[in-house]
Amino acid sequence: MAQKVTISPVTRVEGHGKVTIHINGQGEVVQSRLHIVEFRGFERFIQGRPYWEAPVLVQRLCGICPVSHHLAAAKAMDVIVGAGTGYGLPPTAEKIRRLMHYGQIFQSHALHFFHLASPDLLFGIDADPEKRNVIALATSPEYKHLAVQGVMMRKFGQEIIQATAGKKIHGNGAIPGGVNKSLAPEERERFLNGPEPLQIDKMISWAEEALALFLDFYGKNTDMVDNFSRFPSNHLSLVGEDGALDLYHGRLRAVDAEGKKILNDIDYQEYLDYIGEEVRSWSYMKFPFLTGLGKEKGWYRVGPLARLNTCDFIPTPRAQEAFEHYKSRTNGKPNDMCMHTHWARLIETLFAAECMKELLEDEDITGSELVTAGKKKLEGVGLLEAPRGTLFHHYRINRNDQIEMANLIVSTTNNNQPMNEAVTQVARKQMNGQKTITEPMMNAVEVAIRAYDPCLSCATHAIGKMPLKLALYDSKCRLIARRTR
Amino acid sequence: MAELNNFSIDGVKCMAREGTSILEAARQNGIYIPTLCNLDGVPPKGACRVCSVKANGKLLTACTTKISQGMEVENDTPGLNELRKSIVEMLFVEGNHLCPSCEKSGDCELQALAYRYGMTVPRYPYFYPKRVVDASHPKIVKDHNRCIMCKRCVRAIKDKKGRSIFVFLNRGFETKIYIDPELAGKLTDELARKSVEVCPVGAIMLRGEGFKTPFGKRKYDKAPIGSDL
Repeated sequence: MAQKVTISPVTRVEGHGKVTIHINGQGEVVQSRLHIVEFRGFERFIQGRPYWEAPVLVQRLCGICPVSHHLAAAKAMDVIVGAGTGYGLPPTAEKIRRLMHYGQIFQSHALHFFHLASPDLLFGIDADPEKRNVIALATSPEYKHLAVQGVMMRKFGQEIIQATAGKKIHGNGAIPGGVNKSLAPEERERFLNGPEPLQIDKMISWAEEALALFLDFYGKNTDMVDNFSRFPSNHLSLVGEDGALDLYHGRLRAVDAEGKKILNDIDYQEYLDYIGEEVRSWSYMKFPFLTGLGKEKGWYRVGPLARLNTCDFIPTPRAQEAFEHYKSRTNGKPNDMCMHTHWARLIETLFAAECMKELLEDEDITGSELVTAGKKKLEGVGLLEAPRGTLFHHYRINRNDQIEMANLIVSTTNNNQPMNEAVTQVARKQMNGQKTITEPMMNAVEVAIRAYDPCLSCATHAIGKMPLKLALYDSKCRLIARRTR
Repeated sequence: MAELNNFSIDGVKCMAREGTSILEAARQNGIYIPTLCNLDGVPPKGACRVCSVKANGKLLTACTTKISQGMEVENDTPGLNELRKSIVEMLFVEGNHLCPSCEKSGDCELQALAYRYGMTVPRYPYFYPKRVVDASHPKIVKDHNRCIMCKRCVRAIKDKKGRSIFVFLNRGFETKIYIDPELAGKLTDELARKSVEVCPVGAIMLRGEGFKTPFGKRKYDKAPIGSDL
């Protein structure tokens, strides 16, 4: 009998989504979809607001990575106030923003690895849901120190954000053309040489330990990590002018599954010439694609996996060493293994920690020249690499300084098609030919989604008993069974 | 010189010169009475009612009522503070006050009063009025969503001939602050900046200047409104 399996809500991701899986009479998965069931409307209600409000207003999209939206909007507004596209700011302003951003990357990646992903890795995908969560991690004698480490790494990142943006969540540090504060010398000293564990060298060593933890898990579960979900795709991200991994500014590059450049370091102000967005009736999330390749073949991945596929090298020594090891696994070719996203994310966590150290040691970070401006423009695009991938903010204003158009392509939107591909693949692998749909099968689907660390909107997390709902429908969509946990 | 009057506020003996308002007399004696529409240097209006006190048992606005010999004023009482909180809540629901994205947040007197009187969420239904941002003036942007009709700008921003540059347009619920088109050109840079300063909320903004004050350095970041008394 044909069935429709629904996983709603998808748990341990940011926001609300659900998965539906249609199974035909032969027990084969015929269609799987990740539906995003929220509607936000930011692009609409920002219309009419003064442009300088955008960095503060739009960041309310999210409680986990507001800094990304704050900075992407500020970068777009830099263009509008004539402060240039990424390199025109006073050194202090650019470095403060970079520090804020890497603090954000660090805390968000730590959150994902320790709080959201590690329960699956340490306890197993098929473990009892009662134990497969961060609380179990925190109360387990074996892993308690990891939970604490995760919390402290987040705390460090959040305190960097507070010192640069003014608040840990939803600050206002970045303004059009610069920032409103630099780092106070005593704060800088505390981050560099303060009491452990909240100082930068400890963070670097913890980031290395997290990487080692993953590699240990990988060594013991190589087949699962390599083959859990893998499929070829294009990859897109910003890269620095020299091809280096750069999460704050650069040019837009895309490579295909073989590593061939299909978007060759373009100026992102021109993104509309290369990126299109498709709307599908069953999801509030759009499906972006490279227009040169069309809707069918032009979809791409973003995020840690994609970034390490597009960049040529990492400009910090320890992360570069880890990067070389990582690249050797695929002989330098693009990596298409979903679970390797965790590996890539941890390399980036180390990179973010090293970047923070460099910035903290830079004298400019306490400077006093904070803002610049030039000839005003009516349109601007701000792009950066948010923790979850490439984030596009595009605004147009009228002559009265009011926003009249906003287009936001958030990281998770870019990963829409890849997540749907992953869901389909894992659902087929787990559920094809099975008589009953079990909890571990459903969690496997979620694990595939979780690898992308999707931020479906603001943070909502389930702990303890995950509120998963499963409904079975026959081929005429009549409910035949329901399970709730 | 006017005669000294003895009076009391919440039982505390005070003195002030005859003709002084209760509000001013309280300040001279180091006692805080909250205000919102009142502005130093311009005649009081008694519009917002936030400074309501009981003078000899009668509910009156402290900014417009003068002290008298032997007057007994009730100020910091649970009943009056509850009344003030209600007024603040009504001002919140009447407009569209979205503090998280407002550049006046931290410097806003309405927000500061809400904090001081412990407003968590308004008890009254929101009106959600349909109001617009008027950015037609080259120096300032007016956000009618945030205007509380205190008339401070009307009373304080005047051209060299003493004419009000800001005026009220329409009546009742449709009332809004309007720049007199004939005097719009008289709004100098200095007056534009002053208009932003006198606005207790974020209804008047300087073009392109928002969010320049970091957290921690805004007026009410460290201590509640009225703590300077």
